[in-house]
Amino acid sequence: MTRRIVLGLLSSMTIVSAAAAETTPASVAFEEGAITQSLTGAPGDPAEGANVMSNRGLGNCVACHAVSTMPDVPFQGNVGPPLDGAGDRWEEAELRGIVSDAKMTFDGTIMPSFYKTGPYVRPGNAFTGKAAEGELAPLLTAQQIEDVVAYLLTLKE
Amino acid sequence: LTFSGLSATADPADDTLVLNGETEMVTHTEKAPDYIDGLTEQYSGWLFREADTRVMQADDFDNPGMLGVEAAAEVWNTVEGSEGKSCASCHEDVETSMKGVRTQMPKYNEAKGTMYTMEMYINECRTERMGAEEWGWTSDPMINMTALISSVSRGMPMNVAVDGPAKPFWEQGKEMYYTRYGQLELACANCHEDNYGNYIRADHLSQGQTNGFPVYRLKQGALISQHNRFKGCIRDTRAETFKEGSPEFIALELYVASRGNGLSVESPSVRN
Ligand code: HEC
Ligand code: HEC
Ligand code: HEC
Repeated sequence: MTRRIVLGLLSSMTIVSAAAAETTPASVAFEEGAITQSLTGAPGDPAEGANVMSNRGLGNCVACHAVSTMPDVPFQGNVGPPLDGAGDRWEEAELRGIVSDAKMTFDGTIMPSFYKTGPYVRPGNAFTGKAAEGELAPLLTAQQIEDVVAYLLTLKE
Repeated sequence: LTFSGLSATADPADDTLVLNGETEMVTHTEKAPDYIDGLTEQYSGWLFREADTRVMQADDFDNPGMLGVEAAAEVWNTVEGSEGKSCASCHEDVETSMKGVRTQMPKYNEAKGTMYTMEMYINECRTERMGAEEWGWTSDPMINMTALISSVSRGMPMNVAVDGPAKPFWEQGKEMYYTRYGQLELACANCHEDNYGNYIRADHLSQGQTNGFPVYRLKQGALISQHNRFKGCIRDTRAETFKEGSPEFIALELYVASRGNGLSVESPSVRN
């Protein structure tokens, strides 16, 4: 698949066909932590975003954040702030930036960078404890980031 | 033993550990050692576990880790190897000869010119003094023996040396403690210094102290070593781990132990 690289300065670029417009992790353009341009050009699916956030094998955001709109998800953590109202506190571009690489918004935060491929110290092969082979894929795909952002935007108080 | 707060609060329990109704243990200090920048107070991992787990550790009859201690007590007196000796041949009564040893482990071994953990001392005695096979780092006989030797120091304060020849090892361990490993880029300090008391999913984060090791983990139904725990924590950051017994984990063991200097030895403790 050919991926078109979206250059940071060209934020006024028009969106073309969804599949071809994916931004690679290396070419994401942050502006004060925010990402204006959709990573895929396709709209995010909030229902899928909720799944990514609660699934241990995907975002597992609830490991650190409580989300009261997900009462069925057990053991929500409190390492990060509750996400209730996140859609009021942040603009879409800011949320995309936080979910892609929160360190661009919160310096030195414990929150992992979900749309990044390195560099890492002793990167492993998932949770096996063994060394990673080759370049790692980001923790979430571009579309999963968009789905999560779409869900976060529904969190209004 | 007193209980307070049945709800899952984010704080360490307000509880006192009295072993077998007689030995009062230090599970909390109001002042961490000066060389630990990131901690003001120290808390044992015991205070972050549920009430039933805490009770289990308070009485040797309920503590499943004591089975390992009993098994090792037999091995202590068993002759093995080409020299026809048992541990008792040289060290006699474990309660007397090994009292306090755990508080100083790991320590710098002058003769060998490097940092030695309890496992290394035990294997040195087996291979160089008994003519016996060495035990694997996480083998049952090794873990049981470290539990036995540690158990006779229960109630005594951890007191590893951080300066002199130990200093470079301590520095190496400290650097590791603050290194953000793996694809999740998490350092020990992110979880055990910045977030102890908080919940990460179902896990109530402690300070990651090692005064209770080896610990009996209910989840695994077995005694586990410090290096095994370090391995698990690093693996959970989606990193390539280090090996049990590696120079890196020996250095980390020293540094983490020094963060607990002043807390009572609890081994074998009970954790989930
Ligand atoms: C290991 C812990 C951890 C994980 C996992 C984590 N976060 Fe965070 N997150 C934090 C912390 C801590 C903050 C607060 C920022 C800071 O000061 O470091 C934060 C901040 C945020 C914020 C801004 C908070 C607000 O509303 O003001 C959002 C939004 C957010 N995270 C979303 C997510 C999403 C979505 C995921 C999963 C895809 C996720 N986080 C995973 C720890 C985490
Ligand atoms: C032939 C004598 C002998 C036998 C048998 C022996 N040891 Fe030792 N052990 C020693 C000596 C001598 C030292 C001191 C070594 C040193 O200081 O470097 C020692 C040191 C130790 C230490 C470190 C103590 C400290 O204060 O630092 C431990 C732990 C230990 N032995 C455990 C064992 C165990 C367990 C066994 C049996 C499996 C055993 N030893 C068998 C002679 C023996
Ligand atoms: C992602 C979070 C996380 C990171 C990073 C992490 N740990 Fe842990 N650690 C845990 C959890 C969860 C437990 C189990 C609950 C507890 O005791 O905190 C634990 C337990 C421990 C324990 C057992 C404490 C006891 O009383 O039984 C030790 C020791 C420990 N960790 C050391 C470390 C060291 C050393 C590092 C860095 C190499 C590290 N941890 C990194 C989450 C983490």
